[in-house]
Formats: sequence, C-alpha cells, structure tokens
Amino acid sequence: MKRTLMAAALAALATGALADGHGGVKVGMITTLSGGGAGLGIDVRDGFLLAVAQSGRDDIEVVVEDDQRKPDVAVQLADKMIRAEKVDVMTGIIFSNLAMAVVPSATAQGKIYLSPNAGPSALAGRGCHENYFNVAWQNDNLHEAAGAYANTAGYANSFILAPNYPAGQDALTGYKRMFEGDLAGEVFTDLGQTDYAAEIAQIRASGADSVFFFLPGGMGISFLKQYADSGVDIPVVGPAFSFDQGILQAVGEAAVGVVNTSQWSKDLDNPTNAAFVESFQAEYGRLPSLYASQGFDTANLLISALETAGPDDLEAFRAALKAADFDSTRGDFAFGSNQHPIQDIYAREVIVEDGVFTNKVIGLALEDHGDVYAAECRL
Amino acid sequence: MSAILIIEQVLNGLQFGVMLFLMAAGLTLIFGVMGLINLAHGSLYMVGAFAAAAVAGVTGSFVLALAAAMGAAAIAGVLVETLVIRRLYRADHLDQVLATFALILIFSEGTRWAFGSFPLFLDTPSWASGPVTLPGGIEYPKYRLMLIGVGLAVAAGLGLLITRTRIGIQIRAGENDREMIAALGVDISRLYTLVFALGAALAGLAGALVGAIQSVQVGMGEPVLILAFVVIVIGGIGSIKGALIGAILVGLTDTLGGIFLPEVFKLFMAPAGATATGSALASMAIYILMGAVLIWRPTGLFGARP
Repeated sequence: MKRTLMAAALAALATGALADGHGGVKVGMITTLSGGGAGLGIDVRDGFLLAVAQSGRDDIEVVVEDDQRKPDVAVQLADKMIRAEKVDVMTGIIFSNLAMAVVPSATAQGKIYLSPNAGPSALAGRGCHENYFNVAWQNDNLHEAAGAYANTAGYANSFILAPNYPAGQDALTGYKRMFEGDLAGEVFTDLGQTDYAAEIAQIRASGADSVFFFLPGGMGISFLKQYADSGVDIPVVGPAFSFDQGILQAVGEAAVGVVNTSQWSKDLDNPTNAAFVESFQAEYGRLPSLYASQGFDTANLLISALETAGPDDLEAFRAALKAADFDSTRGDFAFGSNQHPIQDIYAREVIVEDGVFTNKVIGLALEDHGDVYAAECRL
Repeated sequence: MSAILIIEQVLNGLQFGVMLFLMAAGLTLIFGVMGLINLAHGSLYMVGAFAAAAVAGVTGSFVLALAAAMGAAAIAGVLVETLVIRRLYRADHLDQVLATFALILIFSEGTRWAFGSFPLFLDTPSWASGPVTLPGGIEYPKYRLMLIGVGLAVAAGLGLLITRTRIGIQIRAGENDREMIAALGVDISRLYTLVFALGAALAGLAGALVGAIQSVQVGMGEPVLILAFVVIVIGGIGSIKGALIGAILVGLTDTLGGIFLPEVFKLFMAPAGATATGSALASMAIYILMGAVLIWRPTGLFGARP
C-alpha cells in the first residue's frame, strides 16, 4: 500500500514555490494504518497531508507507508525509504517501540526525523540527536500534567494503573513525579487486557480518593465502560490518550465529566487552531483528534523551516527547524535543548456537544513545561 | 483483604468463565465433531460484536442486537463452512490452520473496510446497567450478573440439546464414528454445517455480550481465542461439560490469581518486588493449570481422545 502525493500542484505553480531556490523535499512517512492502532496513524497522516495541501507548495513529496504496528516492518520500510526512495525527512511513527527501532539508525544516516507522536525517554536524554525533533511531547509529559492536576484538585490518595510495558511504566513514573499525595495502590495490567473487573474491585476496596489510569486505545474504552457500570464513584484522571476524538464516541456516556490532560484541545483559542479544526472537519468529515493536530503541527514545522533552508544545507535546515517559527495549533510552542517541546499542558473535561462527545479545556495543568531528560542531553 | 472483595472477585471470575464457555463450546464441538482446528472462531466473535453494534446503533434495541449478532455470526459461519472449510476435512491440521488463519486476516481487513478503523460504540442496555446490591452489602454490576445467568442458561440448554435430542445424538455419534453415521443415512455434511453454524452463533453471542462492556474493534477475537483453546484442552476436546468446567476453572484462576498471588508474595517479599513477581506468575497461572491437568489427565478432564 503506497501512496505518493504531489500536493496541490496548481496552487504552487501560482505562488512559484519552486523559484525560491531551496529545491524540493521528499518526506517518508512510516505510520500505523492497519491493526489495532490504525486510528492514530490515520489521524496523523490526515493532519500532515492537510497542512501540506494548505501550504500550496508542490515541492513537498510525501511517501506514506503502513508499519502495521510491527517494529520489523517499520525497520524494513525505513531502510527502503532511505536507500531506494532517498527521502530527506522522515516522520509518522506512532508507537515508542517502533520509534526506538527506526529513529536512531535514521538520524545516524543523516536523515532528519520529526516525531509526530512517540517520545520515548531514551531519545530525550542521553540518546538525543541533532537530527531528531519531537513535535508532540516527551512520553512522560501528559502524565506529569495529570499528577499536577491531581494536586490542584486536592486529591491526596491515588490508585494508579497502567499496562505493563515501557510506556506504561513511564506513565506511572510521570504521575508520581508530580503527584504529592499518597498512593492507595499501584497496579500493572496486561497489555491488551480487556476486562478490568478485578482491578475495579481492588479500587473499590482501596479507599482511594482518586484514580489515575493510562490505558490507550481499546483498553481505555473497556476500563471506562466497566468503571461507570460498577457503581464506584471515585473521580478519574488520565492523559488524553483514552479520551481522543477517535475513541470518545465508543466510550459514550461513561466518559462524560472525566478530566484528562492534553497539550491540545479543539477549543484552544487561537486562530491557527480554529482554522485547523474547521478545515479538518471540512476535508475529512470528522472532528480532529490530538494526533491529527500533532500531524498538522509537524508538517507546518517542516514547511516553516523550508522557507529559510532546504535539506541540502543540513546545518541551516536544522537551525531553521529548531527555531520552530510556525503557528502551532497549541499556541506557544518552542523546542528545549533536547529538541523536545516546551509547551503548556491543559486539563480538559469530557462533555457532550451537539450530541457528539468531545473535550473542553477547564484549566492549565502545567505552564511552559519541558521534560526532565533534557538535562542529560548533550546537544 | 475483605470477604466482600473476595466474593466480588469470585463473581468476576465466574462471569469471565461463562463468557469463555460460549466461545469454547463452539470450538470444542467443531473440533470434536469435525476434527477441525478453527482459528477463525475469534473472527466470528468479532462479527457478532460488530453486527450487534451496528443493529443497536440503528434500532436502539439490545435484544435485537443480540439476535443480529447470533444471526450474522451463524451466516458467516455457514458461508465459511461451505465455501472454505468443507474442502479441508480430509486435509491435515496444518492446512486447516493455514486456511483458517487466512480467514482471520480476511475477516479483520473486511471488517475494517466495512466499519473503519475506529472502535464502535455498543453499550449495556439501560435496564441492565448500573450496580445492584447483593445480600451482604456487595455492590455488583447488574449486567455482569446477567452475563453469568445467560452463560449458565446457554450451558444448560446445550447440555439438553446434546443429551436429549435427535440432533444431539447425531452430533455425539459424529464425534465417535463418522463413517458409521454416514452409513446409517445421516446427511453428514448437513450435520457439519449445522454444528458450525451453532458454534458460530454462540461465538457471536459472546462477542456481542462482551462487546457491550469492552470495546468493539478489529482484532478483539484473537486474545479470547487463545484462552478458548486453553479451555478446551483442559476440559477435553469434544466435551461440552469439559468446556464448561474448564472455562470456569480458567476464569477463576485468571481472576483470582491476578489478585491474590501478589498478596501472597507480599508476605515474604518487599511490596514492589512482590507485585512484579506475583503479576508475572499470575499471567502464567492458567498455562500452569493447563500443564498440570495434562500431566494428570493427558486427554483433558472429560476428553475421550488425546
């Protein structure tokens, strides 16, 4: 499955984008378009292509490939893109384990990698690289924000749970880093677990005053539905991954009122975001998710850098990327020393709007937040 | 660790067990009667859940959704049996595994093509949602109690079907001696289609019932399929009684192991290490159970043949 997209050729002819002398850029996007995590990759791809189309440039060629959420497939695709397709810039990977398999070798071969989602700590600290830019977040960020929100909400005794895999462990670490109260319990579930009756019974018996959970995708749907059905009424906090636009409709009523943390929300009040939400809806007929906003921002970062330099002058191109001189859907956006975002993270609440479940910002959880691993990065 | 928590966990284990039974019953019948390893059984579970979500979305009726789930899964089962599987009865198990694995891929991508990549919404009906208070002050979700009831009722019904009806006699005879009942004038290929449709309908029912409290998405059937295979190996291949006992054993072991093993390890280990060791051991518990049963009874608890 391969799609080559020559974006908006006619519009670009009119603006003469080719005439500015930097030449074209070829982008290799490896993302998850089939299997369990397909919704995330599809949103990133659609957001990215929307920004490219809106830029009106015809010198950005995007090659999209499906990694099927399998690290070995991702590695093969990356090889092919670097050797056969000769791409200049790579992007698209959703899952941290795939990013760890692809990114270090791609950046070592002189390719620029722009991460639209995965932000494993190993690439933020000692493993940071001058060719690696993360446009989404470091993995811990949203969980840290959840911990910070729990403090302001006055919670003192949290029950926390996450699946037993690296990102799940990072999640609990991130929450505990910020949360000042005690832990009523800490549980690691199986990755892909669908029945949480046992954990919910433990929560009921634990005497906690709040529950923090990180269960992305289908796991979160199952947990929230079962939690609402169980009659346990302890408030729940979580990162946005279980509350994005793609899965909220599947959770339904059970999610209403739940507070979750995100660096983006569709009601963030800035002109770029308003235009993004409107045009995404017009183009694809659905509301954008945070993944779509990350794809959109990634493309706009790339486009902004191309205004000053092209990948043929790598030094200047990197500097232009690092300047992050683009209008983000999140409002303020800057890179820290390890080329990960420094940004505001918000607390959102799930609401019903015109019969559609969606999120509304209720406050700021963390302001201008970077990550703790930046100190270990020697860039 | 209070008594209430323990009772609640036993109920959870029982509920998990009876849902596994719905999957395992079809699988064990198909394996027992036809000698077929059907890896696509999990896909029929998924078909049931998607059909239920689609019908519930249009009509708003949960009962209609369940009927649609059973109907759609049975139809899918009949199609699969007549178009693909009928050609494989004489082939060896490896060919069957290959063909039914291909069916998994076809069903998964077909469902994605028809319904998209995002999970669908299927909720518990309003008359069965929320908790009920059981004697002793235990709050338990009404829907899960209903699942236990439905599962046990289906088990009883299947038991009667197998032991008391003409069809049941033919099914049991088919398990024992295929050539003989064909020689006695029973239309064996019709019997096979019927058994396959019955198994598929049960898988579809399980998918719809469980889909209402979990998520309806592509690939939801495969984790359950693995557990269902464990169940029929423990229970003995071809035995409905074995499937029921095995399913409840697996359900209880999995649920209670996950809760109590970490607690047991906490008695003589540091809490963090105990949680890690206990959880690791708990996820192995059902396979240890399966190994133990196989050492004790190589044909499974109620199985006649190895």
